[in-house]
Formats: sequence, structure tokens, C-alpha cells
Amino acid sequence: MSERRPLGVHAILAVSSLLMVAPFVWQIITSLKTLSSTTAVPPTFLPEGRWDNYAKVFDLLPFGEQFLNTVIMAAGRVTGQVLFCSMAAYAFARLRFPGRNLLFGVFLSVLMVPPQLFVIPQYQIMSSLGWLNSLQAIIVPGLFSAFGVFLLRQFFLALPREIEEAARLDGAGPVRIYWSVMLPLARPGLIALGILTLLWAWNDLFWPLVVNTDPEKMTLSAGLAALQGQYQTDYPVLMAGSLIASLPVIAVFVFLQRQFIQGVAHTGSKG
Amino acid sequence: MTTTAGTRPPRSSAGAAHAAKRRGPRTEALWGYAFIAPTGLGLAVFYLWPVLQTAYFSFTEWGAFGGHTWVGLENYTRLIADPEVGRAMLNTLMYTALGLIGIPVAIVFAALMNRQGLRGVSVYRTAFFLPVVTMPVAVAMLWRWLYNGDYGLVNQVLSIAGIDGPNWIADPATAMYALVVVGIWSSVGYNLIIFLAGMQGIPKELYEAASMDGAGRVRQFFRITLPMLSPTAFFISIVSVIGSLQLFDLVFVMTGSGQSARANPAYSRLQTVVQLFYERAFVTNDRGYAAAIVIALLVLIAALTVAQFRLQRKWVHYV
Repeated sequence: MSERRPLGVHAILAVSSLLMVAPFVWQIITSLKTLSSTTAVPPTFLPEGRWDNYAKVFDLLPFGEQFLNTVIMAAGRVTGQVLFCSMAAYAFARLRFPGRNLLFGVFLSVLMVPPQLFVIPQYQIMSSLGWLNSLQAIIVPGLFSAFGVFLLRQFFLALPREIEEAARLDGAGPVRIYWSVMLPLARPGLIALGILTLLWAWNDLFWPLVVNTDPEKMTLSAGLAALQGQYQTDYPVLMAGSLIASLPVIAVFVFLQRQFIQGVAHTGSKG
Repeated sequence: MTTTAGTRPPRSSAGAAHAAKRRGPRTEALWGYAFIAPTGLGLAVFYLWPVLQTAYFSFTEWGAFGGHTWVGLENYTRLIADPEVGRAMLNTLMYTALGLIGIPVAIVFAALMNRQGLRGVSVYRTAFFLPVVTMPVAVAMLWRWLYNGDYGLVNQVLSIAGIDGPNWIADPATAMYALVVVGIWSSVGYNLIIFLAGMQGIPKELYEAASMDGAGRVRQFFRITLPMLSPTAFFISIVSVIGSLQLFDLVFVMTGSGQSARANPAYSRLQTVVQLFYERAFVTNDRGYAAAIVIALLVLIAALTVAQFRLQRKWVHYV
């Protein structure tokens, strides 16, 4: 009896997993079809090996540039957030200074505000700096994150104090302790923040769409949205483009699956 | 350094406090400010000040060349009477409400995956999580194709059963439901991971005691898992309501914006508040009005969050 029930569970989970993945399979199959065979009724399921759809994406868009823009933006935001957020988080978790709780409250208040409230003034700032259509525009506001400070502070608070106190006895100052004691200990937290920042930066649409309208300076998500506006029904090309654009983060996810899932679980653990 | 740390006598904490005192609390405080300075300044310039500015802009009207003049409450009175705003609010609320169906769906799948010693869980988990990491623009493009009225896979499959499916996202009767399905498909993996983490925190003794009392799996699910999971479900419902109220990417890509979007007969059933904000702020450059729209969104989000905190007493069990 009891051996039969896992079989039922497997059946349910396997079928629903297939349903979850089926759209991606269809995306791959379509991306390798000719335009005319997408309108076949009933549909054909065998891939046709039309790799020229992928080449066409690069013809229709400055896809290479957009890819590079996205990589640079994501790398910049990840580096900046991991560094700056860990510094602030360490201070809030371990150093004592007047106004600490008040300032932490002010940081947290940013988390409560829907991000659309920042957009118009941020746009004004970029415009007045002459930064519209630039890499700085898509990187700089993303270097700072109240969420990252909050997440990493939880990590630092959970670390044992003995090790840093020993280091302090050895004469290490706050910078040494932060850099050579706390950062190595907080590695799982830094990785979690890095992964989440990568995911959000890579997939971000609103801000890059608004601030960089020159195709050469767009990120992939804004570029894809533009591609779809022009080639509404050329589904093989649209599927090829959307596949290459989303593949890098999917690849990172597959390789770093455990860290990814832990990172996501952390966002829920301290709610 | 870590090796010496391990051999220190336990009295070291008193010694460390002494050393810190010698260094002086003033130095420590200065370092504290130095460490929070980069993020503090960045948040002040790019986040905190902009909130105040947006609030101010909502009382102004913008000219064609970027100047703005004070108009008092005019944007707000216009907003209350604007049928487009009302429609966008209704669409957004409907999407948010229907999206909550994703929470029980995620709980059921998490419970199925949470069985001890079940093989292949990581494969299932990966399958459910893939849409979460996929770029929303790509997700929207993909589903636009799946939902295509003539050749989309959804209708091709339905036609096997003899059903002539509609043009899902261009048909006012089905567009919103079709959108909600995509929203749930792309978020169920995230919720599932959080619920799985929550389930792992439930003490095993509870289940052992229950099965000693003769309670079966289904009974255990309703009597133990669900109540113990309610704080997690509360967190997810707060987060997903806030997220749904800000929906933009999916609708923007599925309907487009401007002229081509208005050609979609279901556009007025799909347009969200943030999409309307985008159009007023960056297409028609009516930024004062756009600021008022987004302040209204803030009020809506705050109201629904407060309401949920009020309601939690009725269904959330804290141990």
C-alpha cells in the first residue's frame, strides 16, 4: 500500500513538471523553424535546424552590444552591491555609533516604497548629468540597495562574535576585521546577494527601457521588447532572441542551483 | 588569524571589550559612519530624495520643455475623474486578487515534494523554478506565441479536443485570465521554494505524535502543515500582492504600448497602473500627472498591506 502512494505523487509531479517545461521546449522548437512552418496545422514538432534564425537576431538588433551592455550592467551592480551593502551591513550589525537604529530605520524605509516612485527624479538626475543613453545610467542607481543591507545584516548578526574579538585583541581595526574576518565568514550571504542581484539586474526592464533608448545602449530585455514591437509575428526569430537573452541566467542557475535556491529561501526566512 | 582564534581562552570577550574601549568609542563611531557612507549617500540621492521629489511633482504640471508649475490638487482631482485610471486600477486589483490562487497551488506542490526520501525532488524543483529565473520579457514573448489565436500551441492542443480556442490575450473576455495563468506559472516556483523552506522548519515530533494518534497524511496536512505554514503564507501573500500591484513587464510586452497597443481589443482589460504611469511619464511626458498616479499606487499598496496585517489575526498561527 505505502509503496503505491509515492508512485501517485511521482505521477502528479512528473506531469506538472512537464507542463512547466513544455513552453520552453516549444520555444526551442519554434526557434529552429522556418516562418512558414510555424503556421502549419497541425503543428510540426520536429526541430528543423534553421540556425539562421539566431543569426537574424544579430542582424535585426545590435544584439552583441546589448549583450555586452547587460553583462557590464549586471557585473557592475553585483560588485557594487556586494561591496557597499556588506560594508553598511557590517557597521549596522557590529559597530556602535550614535543614531545607528534611526539610520537603519531610514534605510529600511526605502524597502517599503514601490520603485516607480524613484523613476522620474532618477531620470532627471541622469538627464542633468548628461548620462542618458550610457552605461553609467543603468549601473549607478543599482549600486545601492536597502534590501542588500538588510539581508547581509541578518547574516552578520548570526555570526559568532568570538573570532572577531580575538582578531581585535590581536590589534586588528574595523577595516581589517571587516575584510579578513567578517567577509570570509559571510560568504554564503554574499553569494546569495550576488545571485539575487544578478537575476534582478539581468531581467530588469523598466529602468533600462526608460533611460537608454538608443538601441546601441539598450540592455537585452529592452532590446527584445523593441524587437517584438517591430517583428510582431516573426515567431522563429522572436523565440531565438528571447532564448539567447534568457539563457545566461538560466545557465548560472543550473550551475549554482543550491546557492540560488538558498538565496531565494533567505528572502523569505526573515519576513 | 582564525587558528589563533580557536585556541583563545573563553575570557577573550572581556579582553576584547577592554581593547575596544582603549581604541575609543569615538573611533568606532567614525568607522561606523564611514562604512555606511557609500550606501547611505547612494540611497539618499537616488532613492530617498526622489520620493520627496515625486510627491512634490504630483502637485505640478509639466510644460513641453520640462519646466513645471504648481497646480495644487489639480492632478488628483483629474485622477479621480479619469476613467482610464479607474480601469487600470480595477485591472491591477483583479490581477492581484486572481494571482493569489498561486499560493495554494504552491503549497500543494511543496507538500508533495516535501516527502521524506522522495527521489527526483531536485529535478521537479528545477522544472518549477526555471520560469522564475527566465527574463520576464522572454516569458511574455513566449506566451504571446503560445496564446496566438490561429497557430498557438494552446489552441492547437485544444483543437484536438474539438475546442475552438479564442485569441487569448486579444479577446477582452479571456485576456485577464490568460495573463494570470502566465503570472502564476512564472511565480509558483519562487513561492514553492519558500514554502519548502518553511515546511523543513516544522518540528518532526508533531508529525510523529499525530501518526501515533492515527492521523493520516491528509489529516496531518490540514491539522499540522497548513497552520504551521500560515506565517510563511502570510509573508508570501504580502510580497505577492505588492509585486502584483506593480505589474508591468508582462503586460507591456504582451500588449506593447502606444498605437499598436491600442489596436489590441483587450488592451483596456489589461492595462495596469504602472503601465499607465510609464505612458504618462515617458511617452506623453505628462510627468506631474504620472507622479500623482504613482502616489495613488503607493497609497493603494500601503492600504492593502495594512489590511492584510489587520486580517492576519484571523488566519495566521504563530507558535
